[in-house]
Amino acid sequence: MDDGFLQQYLSLFDEFDVLAAFWVNIQLTFFAGILALILGTLLATMRISPVPSLRWAGSTYVTLLRNTPLTIIMVFCVLGLWGQLGITLSPDFTTNFFRLAVVGLTVYHAAFVCEALRSGVNTVPVGQAEAARAIGLSFWPAARLVILPQAFRGSVAPLGNVLIALTKNSTVAAAASVAEASSLMRTMIEFRPDVIVAIFLTFALGFVLIVVPIGLATTSFSRRLTVAR
Amino acid sequence: MVDISAAPPAPTDTTSDALVELRGVDKHFGALHVLQHIDLTVRRGEVVVIIGPSGSGKSTLCRTINRLETIDSGTIALDGVPLPAEGRALARLRADVGMVFQSFNLFAHMTVLQNVVLGQVKAKGVKPSAAKKIAIDLLDRVGVRDQADKLPAQLSGGQQQRVAIARALAMQPKVMLFDEPTSALDPEMINEVLDVMVGLARDGMTMIVVTHEMGFARKAANRVVFMDGGQIVEEADPETFFTAPKSDRARDFLSKILTH
Repeated sequence: MDDGFLQQYLSLFDEFDVLAAFWVNIQLTFFAGILALILGTLLATMRISPVPSLRWAGSTYVTLLRNTPLTIIMVFCVLGLWGQLGITLSPDFTTNFFRLAVVGLTVYHAAFVCEALRSGVNTVPVGQAEAARAIGLSFWPAARLVILPQAFRGSVAPLGNVLIALTKNSTVAAAASVAEASSLMRTMIEFRPDVIVAIFLTFALGFVLIVVPIGLATTSFSRRLTVAR
Repeated sequence: MVDISAAPPAPTDTTSDALVELRGVDKHFGALHVLQHIDLTVRRGEVVVIIGPSGSGKSTLCRTINRLETIDSGTIALDGVPLPAEGRALARLRADVGMVFQSFNLFAHMTVLQNVVLGQVKAKGVKPSAAKKIAIDLLDRVGVRDQADKLPAQLSGGQQQRVAIARALAMQPKVMLFDEPTSALDPEMINEVLDVMVGLARDGMTMIVVTHEMGFARKAANRVVFMDGGQIVEEADPETFFTAPKSDRARDFLSKILTH
């Protein structure tokens, strides 16, 4: 790389706000991550519940959402929820699209959170549930106090994988017209084809820098939280 | 085997009322008829030991009494009230039936103290401070008070099983079920658990115990129930059963387990 190239490359950051674009991805990941965790926990509880209709609803949801491409869900959120049904989540145009994208990311990843938690439930020996029932806890208290706390600890690693996927999938929010990293990248490539490879590498590196710590953190959490038996 | 030097408890007065009553209980696991028309009555304060070869249905029988196993036909009544099928009523009933498992099943993510407190607070609505006091007394009674703040995995098997007994007792059950409570223990830990159980029996707790510990059966039981092939083959007081079993199957079983 000669000086000319480096200057050209650095001039990108004056022209485009790369950090702000990544910040949008981090925000998408944060909100969708929390909501997906809540919805996914609810779905997992439904899927292990003794009520057949709840189990059916839970598994139908998972089958449907997990097997639909995220892009299609995202487009549906914008063109379907907003465009056709007129559902607005914020009077502000940009915020509305951001929130619709969060909804799309949430409903999709909740299905994966549910399955990660269910794998965690399978790490809890059946005797734990029997003991909970034997001291007079009915299903919901037993799930909340005995099964799920252990299931969460047993599913930190798979939940981490879902979070990593979610981080990278947040780029699909571009399909919902959210100005995030991948849409900025497309714009930059269009205007600055002279440094196209450098642009690619910048965004790739950006995601690596976000995702690697998530992986390290979840690995360390899963070791520390393991339930000793 | 087990050295419990006190005399066996006097058999309970036969006029005292039935606490657990099984009538014509049948259960199948697929094609296997695991419980065949079981009739069994356990009186208040009675200690009944169920023995028999593996696969004879004795554990299943024990587990039907708090409905961890459902039954196909027949009735099971506790204190005159038939077992409810599902829901809150069943949960309430289970709180009245203490259960001790072969594999302890202590809640692995909670401390010993929390294990004994949980059911009292969440199933019976006891105030946490009162529940904690009861728990500490019970842990003291089973001799593991100094382990209260440890996690189950940090305890020996014998200690874990004693905590499990304390956890069941904390619900102030009418009857205690023991499903092979010493089968998963190292030999040197068996006695510490049996001692606690003998103490309970002496205090008048109604107990149904599935076990291979013949020493316990001889010394603490009022009655021995011998099961084979899903049926109750023979019932007798321990002395009669061990010295003069009536059925061939019981004689055969005893000859196999008592020769070494």
